[in-house]
Amino acid sequence: MSGRRLLDKLWDAHEILRREDGTSLLWVDRHLVHEGSHHAFAKIAERDLPVAEPGLTFGVADHYAPTRGGPATDAIARMIDTLSENTAKHGITCFGLDDPRQGIVHVIGPEQGLTLPGLLINCGDSHTSTHGAFGALAFGIGATEVAHVLATQTVWQKKPKAMRIDVTGRLGPGVGAKDLALAWIAKLGADGARGHAIEYTGAAVRAMSMEGRMTLCNLSIEGGARFGMIAPDETTFDYVRGRPFAPTGAEWDRAVELWSLLPSDSDAEFETTVSLDASEIAPIVTWGTSPEDALPVTATIPDPSLLQGSAADRARNALDYMGLTAGRALTEIAVDQVFIGSCTNARIEDLRAAAAVLAGRRAKVPGIVSPGSQLVKAQAEAEGLDRIFTDAGLDWVGSGCSMCVAMNGDHVEPGKRCASTTNRNFRGRQGRGARTHLMSPAMVAAAAVTGHLTDVRDLLRGREVA
Amino acid sequence: MSGWTTHTGPAVALDRENVDTDQLIPARFMSTPRSEGYGPFLLHDMRHDSDGTPVSDFPLNMVPNASILISRRNFGSGSSREAAVYALVDFGIRVVIAPSFGDIFASNSVNNGLLPARVSEADVDAAIALLADGPQEVSVDLIDRKIRLGNTTLDVTLDDVWQQKLINGWDDIDLTQTHKQAIAAFRAQHVQGKPWAVPVQQTDFRRAGRDTVSQ
Repeated sequence: MSGRRLLDKLWDAHEILRREDGTSLLWVDRHLVHEGSHHAFAKIAERDLPVAEPGLTFGVADHYAPTRGGPATDAIARMIDTLSENTAKHGITCFGLDDPRQGIVHVIGPEQGLTLPGLLINCGDSHTSTHGAFGALAFGIGATEVAHVLATQTVWQKKPKAMRIDVTGRLGPGVGAKDLALAWIAKLGADGARGHAIEYTGAAVRAMSMEGRMTLCNLSIEGGARFGMIAPDETTFDYVRGRPFAPTGAEWDRAVELWSLLPSDSDAEFETTVSLDASEIAPIVTWGTSPEDALPVTATIPDPSLLQGSAADRARNALDYMGLTAGRALTEIAVDQVFIGSCTNARIEDLRAAAAVLAGRRAKVPGIVSPGSQLVKAQAEAEGLDRIFTDAGLDWVGSGCSMCVAMNGDHVEPGKRCASTTNRNFRGRQGRGARTHLMSPAMVAAAAVTGHLTDVRDLLRGREVA
Repeated sequence: MSGWTTHTGPAVALDRENVDTDQLIPARFMSTPRSEGYGPFLLHDMRHDSDGTPVSDFPLNMVPNASILISRRNFGSGSSREAAVYALVDFGIRVVIAPSFGDIFASNSVNNGLLPARVSEADVDAAIALLADGPQEVSVDLIDRKIRLGNTTLDVTLDDVWQQKLINGWDDIDLTQTHKQAIAAFRAQHVQGKPWAVPVQQTDFRRAGRDTVSQ
């Protein structure tokens, strides 16, 4: 019999029972809720059910959180108030707008030490895979499932297949986790990992900071995987140690002992294994309307006439929506604005990488920088990064999902083109008619400086790379 | 949620890949209470011009009573927003046929009685070609997992669990309540064996040690 994988170990540790049909009932260690969870609270209210484990449930205002001044509309204010009311009613700790710990749910979970190796973490948000970076079983769920977790602290789930993405070698200067993620999604497709839990392995992953690992796991869902995970190691433990909700003393020591047993056994087998060489990855940008529409910035815009069948139709539609001409260099694409933020790329390291490019330079286009949490914001200000952004001409704003999901009023106008550190270049994602190009924080900073898509490596020569 | 076994209704084709949940319902509509109905928001920005005028030749505008939608790979990818399913259901869609679905969308669908019917790429090609001449009545049978349109029968790939759930209209919370003893036992053992798994500031949790689901 072959060895056990990280997925197996996490799954077994949370399985309460398994039905004959193969579906498992799993225990949920952490349930994170946000404004969008209002449908689920309404469902349990209809049935007059209490929240089973308010002590394991945490709320945060992020999707509708204003980044400048107060809520933009009454409807937005009502969403934030409803979250406060629901969490107060059920005795749930909530990081509201006035709480210094407020921020994007997938930034503050790790930051507060709520996210730990070995846990099962649910949230009604597809980017919950982010928390898998710690060696946790973390996955996004819909409103009916959120209601179920609220009512029972459990979730029904059929075990996914396991895919290993092994990344050998080293990422080059100016190339980071975002480029790596977009590279595999371009290779396998936006549904390439559907039905799978991904475990990221290899020297390039081991060399990454927790911030980089979170970016990588965050984007798992853009390749179709509901779960992304990385085995915990010293980098993980160093990040978690001393965080407000993390274990201490003897409990910490015992936890680290157990966490050290989580990595997949050396003889474990995966249903699928994909290998990438990190040294071959260049900075990546998207050109179309799906994250799979991604290419090295040195490439040209694809020509639909060279593609077959529905892929050709889709490319044609995408180029039409994006207002692009086939065959032109990607670096010729001029942008109208930039956005640095989101659960994908708004942690301190992301802001440092963007600031390293922007320091002493002016942005040719407007843009906003929205830190992932109020604590990230404070840290960045302590390091003087806010000055670099504002001196460059960008707006330094509050923390929330902001222009990634365009729910709080921050959005891109129709037909405008935005270089963005976010996770989805879907039609209309950043606002109706908005044209989004996804890339890393350093690449967005480079686009801001030149006003068009740019290979950031050209702007980093002679500079120390963060 | 009530269960169902067969459904017959007009089908339309949305001949696109990667119809993500942001397209199924744009984010700006999601602060609306469900009681107001999400049908008008379905594919809103495809169905309407920027000034709000319906696009007359958009498939769902041509067949507003459609109850079956046929589309291409990776339907419902992206955001976990269950509102995308509410928009389909409130519009009157009972079945979406496609070669593949986003994982979260598919489970959200089943939780709302909507069938995410997986069929082969070739069958989708054939079905879309058949619908090019106009809408057709299509029959869906959950028990034998078949879809019949014209003289063609398509095989549906559907997980046994989801099939039973759709047929019986099961509610997971009710089902889970029947396992409350197993849950309480697991909780006791889990919390005792892994005290570090409880957030340190949550002292009430430790003291209370409540029996999950029983109150």
